[in-house]
Amino acid sequence: MVNSKTVDIDALKVKARQFRREILEILHAAGSGHPGGSLSAVEILISLYEYKMNYRPQEPQWEERDRLIISKGHATAGIYVVLANYGYFPKEELKNYRKFGSMLQGHAYKQVPGIEFSTGSLGHGLAVANGIALGAKMLGKNFKVYCLLGDGEIQEGSIWEAAMSAGHRKLDNLCAIVDYNKVQENGPTNEIKNLEPLSEKWKSFGWQTTEVIGHNFGVLMRALDEFERIKDKPYVIIAHTIKGKGVSFMEGEAKWHGKAPNAEQLQQALQELDNSDK
Amino acid sequence: MELIPTRDGFGKELVELGKVNDKIVVLSGDLEDATRAEYFKHEFPDRFFNLGISEQDLVGTAAGLSLMGFIPFATSFAVFLTNRAYDMLRLDICYNKCNVKVVCSHTGVTVGEDGASAQCLEDLALMRVLPEMIVICPVDALEARKATRAITEYVGPTYMRTSRAPFPVITKEEDPFVIGQANIMREGKDVTLIGCGILVSECLQAAEILKKEGIEVRVVNMHTIKPIDVKMILDSAKKTGAIVSAEEHQVHGGLGSAIAEVLAKNYPIPLEMIAVQDTFGETGNPQQLLEKYGLKDKNIVEAARKVIKRKKG
Repeated sequence: MVNSKTVDIDALKVKARQFRREILEILHAAGSGHPGGSLSAVEILISLYEYKMNYRPQEPQWEERDRLIISKGHATAGIYVVLANYGYFPKEELKNYRKFGSMLQGHAYKQVPGIEFSTGSLGHGLAVANGIALGAKMLGKNFKVYCLLGDGEIQEGSIWEAAMSAGHRKLDNLCAIVDYNKVQENGPTNEIKNLEPLSEKWKSFGWQTTEVIGHNFGVLMRALDEFERIKDKPYVIIAHTIKGKGVSFMEGEAKWHGKAPNAEQLQQALQELDNSDK
Repeated sequence: MELIPTRDGFGKELVELGKVNDKIVVLSGDLEDATRAEYFKHEFPDRFFNLGISEQDLVGTAAGLSLMGFIPFATSFAVFLTNRAYDMLRLDICYNKCNVKVVCSHTGVTVGEDGASAQCLEDLALMRVLPEMIVICPVDALEARKATRAITEYVGPTYMRTSRAPFPVITKEEDPFVIGQANIMREGKDVTLIGCGILVSECLQAAEILKKEGIEVRVVNMHTIKPIDVKMILDSAKKTGAIVSAEEHQVHGGLGSAIAEVLAKNYPIPLEMIAVQDTFGETGNPQQLLEKYGLKDKNIVEAARKVIKRKKG
């Protein structure tokens, strides 16, 4: 039996709502950033930090920790809020997000405790995750390597080079998660460069694949549990999500890929989150 | 005089280092036979990874391995690794300050018959403009061995170029190799020839020719393009008053440009640059191409005469 943590899913939903509030607040305070892809990843990130990953927030360099590479490096509003809430650095720092002189740089920055690797140009993280996974096997380490990918991001050929390598080298200590929110900066992914059939692509590259609703804690956690059972193949969780999830006027909208809410929009969004029962 | 490609020096030394340092791992883009990374592959197959024809994958994987405490050597031809994977070199290696050694063969026109697509003439420019990256061009196979050792000890992103063609071995076992410290190969007071790679030999030949005209020439082997040896450049400028740079590289952005930056900021004196004049290469044998692209001793001689004329007093 791999992970028998008992989980209060209702409590996690409350947490998710709270994280969404904080994401929107720090984006508004910064005046720039990426709400769409930060909001879509909330349940994925909570599932990892609450339920699955092995880590010590007070000891971010603990050798045996599981590693998470944020390949979709623009989703810093999301990951920084998550890291602060799970104890990696003081929450007071969040108000300095994207401010000159702050460690909370606009794109994922290695100096932030909990960020393994600086990213921001898409398509880089999977090969890096492969390198860590390979290194772990060489050193006989048992920790796991996770890589959070965007869907627009996997239009980069470099992702498929890395996917080929992972399959070829049977990196079964590697789990990629695709935040499949179907929308990129200038429109839906299926209009710009269609990714379908996506699951079949990963399968054909030698990966074990699963598809889940990326906002459903139960199925996300079951999918993460499945990771332990897979041998000789890397694993990808294709998480069907909604860009801008939680805010009605942001959901599914390309224009909320990279724009911060103004004061009025923030108030409206926070109101919706307060009123919501999910 | 022995003629040995610098890629051979690199390949052999990597094996020696691999014997004593189990952190070294080597990655290739399916060109290990040509880059000589294959020597390491034969000795340490478990520490060698051929990533196939995927340079971006190669560099990212090297970065990941470095996070696990390994010292990865990312190897391929310069045209492929420095160009195609540039964003990965920039962000994964340099911005993240990964301890990855990027070693590329098939640099300059002396790549020969494969032609323009394989002759990398822009790698020094591309690599030296990246923060955190140090840039090295060994003058011969013996120096390449020392350089390989030095960059393994150095902690940080590194780029080293090697040759396909045999280079004359002009250094001696006892000659020092220190990153950032150029070596004087010959002393003289009338003009300084600062070269890297095979052009240093051409500079030495040029010096012999000029000596017959009564011109005394200092020849400097500037094996480290970044950090450039500012002291050596300024000392040469003050002592000889005229410099000719010489490289198997485009005229824009390489060794000559780096020297020009130092002179212009500190001690402007006449400078002539021997380099490929903003064109691509072509098929030919190394000597034909060095001739065609103006990279021979006679071109350096002409440049030296010109730059001396430009001297004031």
